[in-house]
Amino acid sequence: MQNQNQPLLEVKGLKTYFYMEQDRVAKAVDDVSFTLKKGETLALVGESGSGKSITSLSIMRLIPSPPGKIVEGSVKLEGKELLTLSDRDMRRVRGNDIGMIFQEPMTSLNPVYTIGNQIAETLMKHKKMRKKEAYKRAVDLLKLVGFARAEEIVNEYPHQLSGGMRQRAMIAIAMSCDPKLLIADEPTTALDVTIQAQILDLMVEMKQKFDSSVLLITHDLGVVAEVADRVLVMYGGQIVEEATVYELFTNPKHPYTVGLLNSIPSLDEEVDRLDSIPGTVPPAHRFPHGCRFAPRCKHAMPECLEENPELRETDAHHKVRCYLYEEQGGEKVG
Amino acid sequence: METRVQPEMVPKPDIIEEKAPKSLSPFQLAMRRFLKNKLAIAGIGILGFFVIIAIFADVIAPHDPTAYDMYNIEAKASSEHWLGTDSSGRDNFSRLIHGSRISLTIGFFAMMFTILIGVTLGSLAGYYGGKVDSVIMRATDLMLILPFLLLVLTIIAILERINIGIFIVIIAFTTWPQITRIIRATFLSLREKEFILGARSIGASDARIIFRHFLPNAVGPIIVNATLMMANLIIIESALSFIGFGIPQPTPTWGNMITEANSLRMLEGHWEAWLPPGLAILLTVLAINFIGDGLRDAFDSRS
Repeated sequence: MQNQNQPLLEVKGLKTYFYMEQDRVAKAVDDVSFTLKKGETLALVGESGSGKSITSLSIMRLIPSPPGKIVEGSVKLEGKELLTLSDRDMRRVRGNDIGMIFQEPMTSLNPVYTIGNQIAETLMKHKKMRKKEAYKRAVDLLKLVGFARAEEIVNEYPHQLSGGMRQRAMIAIAMSCDPKLLIADEPTTALDVTIQAQILDLMVEMKQKFDSSVLLITHDLGVVAEVADRVLVMYGGQIVEEATVYELFTNPKHPYTVGLLNSIPSLDEEVDRLDSIPGTVPPAHRFPHGCRFAPRCKHAMPECLEENPELRETDAHHKVRCYLYEEQGGEKVG
Repeated sequence: METRVQPEMVPKPDIIEEKAPKSLSPFQLAMRRFLKNKLAIAGIGILGFFVIIAIFADVIAPHDPTAYDMYNIEAKASSEHWLGTDSSGRDNFSRLIHGSRISLTIGFFAMMFTILIGVTLGSLAGYYGGKVDSVIMRATDLMLILPFLLLVLTIIAILERINIGIFIVIIAFTTWPQITRIIRATFLSLREKEFILGARSIGASDARIIFRHFLPNAVGPIIVNATLMMANLIIIESALSFIGFGIPQPTPTWGNMITEANSLRMLEGHWEAWLPPGLAILLTVLAINFIGDGLRDAFDSRS
C-alpha cells in the first residue's frame, strides 16, 4: 500500500563530482539531502556555481559523463530509486514522470521541427499515441499554456516564436505527459520582466491543473517569494539553509542567506549603495577546509576554518549549516 | 492648364492577400535563399546540361567511343569525326560525351561514399567523445599526414586491375578524414545546444538523438561540403587519369583523353583533341563550385 505521507522526491546524500585534468575533483554537489512533498513548490536558490543546476541534472541523471559522475547517494521518486535504474527504464522516467524546462528558450527547442512535432514526439514516445492523436493533444496543450492561435502555432517553427512564446511551448512539452514532478531550471532568467511574471503564473497554474510538484531552480529571490512553498539555499555544492518561504524571508539565519536578502533592493528604504557579499563562490575543486562560506563571512570564527558545520534543525522546519546556531544562544546575525 | 490624373493612371496598390503565411522550415528558408543566387542557378544549369549528356550519351554520341580504326588515327576534325580521332582512331567527340558519364559517376558516388564514412565516424566521435573520439581522431590524423597522392598511387599500384567501383572505394578511403572532422566539429557545437539536453530530458535514446536531433541540424554543413567535395573529386579523378593511374583505356574519361594529347605535336597541331575535355572539366567543376558556394551562403544565414 502506498503511504500517503511518502514524499514525492527524496534525495539523500547526493554527491556529484566532476573529474578534471591533473586529478582534480570538482565536488559540484556534495552531500545534498532534501525531500519534496506532493503538491509542493520547492525552490533551490544559490549563486552561479553553487551546484543547483547540477543537483537537478543529477535527479534526471543527465550529468555529462565523463567527466561528471554521481558518486554516492540516493534519489527516490515515490519510493522508486532512480540512480540504479537501467538506462532504458530511466528514459521512461524522463519526460513521463519528470518534466523539465530550461533557462534558454531560444535554444531549447530544435530549430528544424515544428512546435507540434516536438510536443508530439514526447506523447508518441511515452503515451504510445498515434501521430494524429498526438497532434490533437498538442493543440490542446498549446491552448492550455495560453496560445490563442494554437492551431497555427502547432505548425510553426521555433524561429517564428518569441522567447516568451518558446518558453510556453517548452512548458507544454514538459507538461505533455502529465508529470508528477516539474523541474524548472531558471525558467525566467532569460526573459524580460513582464514575460517573467506571465511564465511564473503559468507554471503555478499548470502545477495546479496537472496536480504536480515543482522543483524550481533560480537565483532570483523575487521569484522564490512569489511561487515557492519552501526554500533550499545552496552554497558551494551544499545546502546551507532550509526553511519555509515565510520563515526564510522573516528570519534568515545563515550569514549567506542574510547576505543574499540584503542584496535585494528594497522599496521602503533608501540606500546609496546596495549590500553585496564580498568575493565569489570558490571553484568546486578548491573548497576551503572548514565552512565553505567562511572566507566571505563576516561572522567567521576560528572553528569555522577548522571543520565544516553540519546542517542542523534549529526550529521546526528550519535547518541551517552554521556554527552560530550550534548551541542555543549563539551570536545573533543581523 | 491642369491635367487631371486619370484614375487608371494611378497604380493600384498590390492587394496583399490576407492568408496566413505558410510556415517554412529552416531548410526550406535556406533553399529559398539559394534559389535567389544567380551564379548558383547558372551552376545548376551547366551541371544539369552535363548530367543530361551523361544520361543520354548512347543516343547523342555518333560513334562507339571504344571502336578503334587503325587506318584513321589522329585525324583532324571532319564532318565524320567532329573532334577528330585519337591515337587509336577512336572518335574524340563520342569519347567526350561518354567521358561525362565516368567523371560524374565517380564524382558523385565517391562523394556519397566519402560522406557515408565521414558522417558515420564524425557522428560517433562528436557524439560520444572520450575514447571513441580519440581513436577516430587519431585515425584521421594518420590519414591526413600521409601524402594523399602518394597513398593513392601506392594503393593503385598494388591493385592489379582498376575499375570504376574499386576506384571509388580507393578515393573514398583516402578522402574521408576532412569530412569526418567537419561533421565532428558540427556535432561538438550542437552538443552544447540546450535542445539536445531537452531531447534527453524527454527520454530520447542515443540513436534517436543522433538521427532526429543532431543530423537534421547538420544537414547544411553536410550538403555544402559534399558539393564542394564532389568538384574536388572530379579533379582528382581527372588528375589520376592524366598521370595514367585512373580508369584505364579504353574506357573514355576526360582525364585520359587529355593524356592522349600529352605531346608537343598534339598540343600544337591538334587542339580539338585536348581542349574540349579540358573545358568540360573546367565547366563542370566551376558549376559545382558555384552551387556549393550558393548553398554555403544559403545555409549560413549570418553571411
